Amino acid sequence: MHRSTAISLNVLAVAALGLFLWWAEGALDGYKIQILNLIAVNIILALSLNLIYGFTGLFSLGHAGFMAIGAYVCSILILSPAQKEMLFILGEALPLVQEAHAPFLVAVAAGGLAAALAGLLVGLPLLKLGDDYLGIATLGFAEIVRVIANNIPRVTNGALGFKGIPDYANLWWNYGWCVFTLFVVVRLLSSNTGNVFKAIRDDEIAAKAMGVNVFRHKLLSFTIGSFFAGVGGALLASLLTTIDPKMFLFTLTFNVLMIVVTGGLGSITGSVLAGVGITVLLEWLRFVENPVSLGGFELPGIPGMRMVIFSLALICIILFRREGLMGMREITWSGLGGLFARKGGR
Amino acid sequence: MNSAMFIQHLLNSLTLGSLYALIAIGYTMVYGILRLINFAHSEIFMLGAYFVFWGVTLFSLPWPLAMLLSVVFTAGLGILVDRVAYRPLRDAPRISALISAIGVSFFLQNVAIVFFQAIPRAVYRPAWLENPIILGEVRLLPLTLFVPALSLLLMLGLVYVVYRTKTGLGMRAISKDIETSYLMGVPVNRIIAITFGIGSALAAASGIMWALRYPQLQPIMGGIPGFKAFIAAVFGGIGSIQGAVIGGLVLGFIEIMTVAFFPDLAGYRDAFAFILLIAILLYKPTGLLGARQEDKV
Repeated sequence: MHRSTAISLNVLAVAALGLFLWWAEGALDGYKIQILNLIAVNIILALSLNLIYGFTGLFSLGHAGFMAIGAYVCSILILSPAQKEMLFILGEALPLVQEAHAPFLVAVAAGGLAAALAGLLVGLPLLKLGDDYLGIATLGFAEIVRVIANNIPRVTNGALGFKGIPDYANLWWNYGWCVFTLFVVVRLLSSNTGNVFKAIRDDEIAAKAMGVNVFRHKLLSFTIGSFFAGVGGALLASLLTTIDPKMFLFTLTFNVLMIVVTGGLGSITGSVLAGVGITVLLEWLRFVENPVSLGGFELPGIPGMRMVIFSLALICIILFRREGLMGMREITWSGLGGLFARKGGR
Repeated sequence: MNSAMFIQHLLNSLTLGSLYALIAIGYTMVYGILRLINFAHSEIFMLGAYFVFWGVTLFSLPWPLAMLLSVVFTAGLGILVDRVAYRPLRDAPRISALISAIGVSFFLQNVAIVFFQAIPRAVYRPAWLENPIILGEVRLLPLTLFVPALSLLLMLGLVYVVYRTKTGLGMRAISKDIETSYLMGVPVNRIIAITFGIGSALAAASGIMWALRYPQLQPIMGGIPGFKAFIAAVFGGIGSIQGAVIGGLVLGFIEIMTVAFFPDLAGYRDAFAFILLIAILLYKPTGLLGARQEDKV
């Protein structure tokens, strides 16, 4: 397929998405719109983890930490000084925190940049570690972020967190960032740098022998991934309008990991599809935790059942279909075209 | 701080340290053999504690019997986890087994939430553990002596199994080279199952004593102690049982003494363990007593 055709098809797809969002904004109720928003945020998070883990082979479990940094930085920037004066009851906010204010776009970008900076600083020492040790160390980093957030009340309002964060993150912002993330990740991975990432994932020693600066590329991938994790966290903060340190437990990383593994490690379209599927499934599974009446009988909801099913699903995927939905394959325009062409030919 | 208080802190850190050490042994044994961080271990610890109090309150079993049954059940559960979630992945990339372990950990934790509910439950202690022992100025709960003593006994038993029995020989052989052991006729899967059983039994013992020492039960109680025990295992040199014990004791000591001497830093106590972990991984990844692992090309 010609490059220009693919580009115009991409433009068409974005236009179709825009049209759908415009329709959804008017036609769907608040709950459904919230789910659509969560889908966009989850896709951003899944793409960023897939870049780090699926494409570069760095097993990172620190996503919740980067999200927390993005969320806190963004919230501090979009909360108005008056709101902050009300919020900080454990101790007066530091002057810098009190005064800082920025428009939403800048705030989200700043959240992402802060997370990227953290990713860079953490990556410098940690990326020397391999495999599961890297996982444990990044998990440790995420826990440290959470403990610190709990203990600096003049910046984060301690365990109470923030309430009443302005809900700027509507469909347009979320999907705008989502498309931007998709664009950056796709462009990056189809570039030479992307090939180096994949080479490191497939065989680090061979890549090194070919003269690749393995460490620098690992650091690049980790930093970019952290940036988008921060963006995801920032959008999530504005979407949920309340954050506190408890929100950024390991469960959050687990959810993102689940999406990436389900979609297929090393598949962008897989992450997008699984991002949609898992988000919807997670919402749909809420029914097992709510009381339901079946033929006059009132069945009590079972708290915790949702995560039981969810974790069982992850184990089953790893045991029976390790490559996930898509493996390392992608759905491409030419692939779709081929599908129709073959059908037409028969 | 007077000497009586110091002794008190010292004994407390010995108690906490031996609890960490018992959990750390399970991590280190499994890692030594399979190179797998068994995330589900902290949930095994939690369930061990729940089973006892279930047995005592629901079935009115006497304490010692409930403890014994709980340890047996938990050992069985550990073996089951290995059979279902890890054994099919022996030939898969190591990270697959790790993701499976994370899945099992979440699964067990949420099953506990479903069955036992998320609210913390108070644990009432049997009377023979309540009356303090008074030695001069030092007041001690019997547990402060009971826990290290029992832990020592369990560890001696373990050392006997590992260094004096055929099963132990098999464990040591597998941890050196799993393929060759298999070819030499070592029943690899059975030995691994036994390893999981022993590790889980020790975790259950630790969980029970933990719940008696800090009398509260909740489904997420395994997370932090489990993690710290893992850190202890890494500190001592993962794969080494002696290392796990030393690591556990050192971590317990650091934790109690930091809070005792610098009360201001108490809020950061969980962060210290992780900072320690990252520092060890960076500067001495093999820990105190660990063997060097070379990357094979």
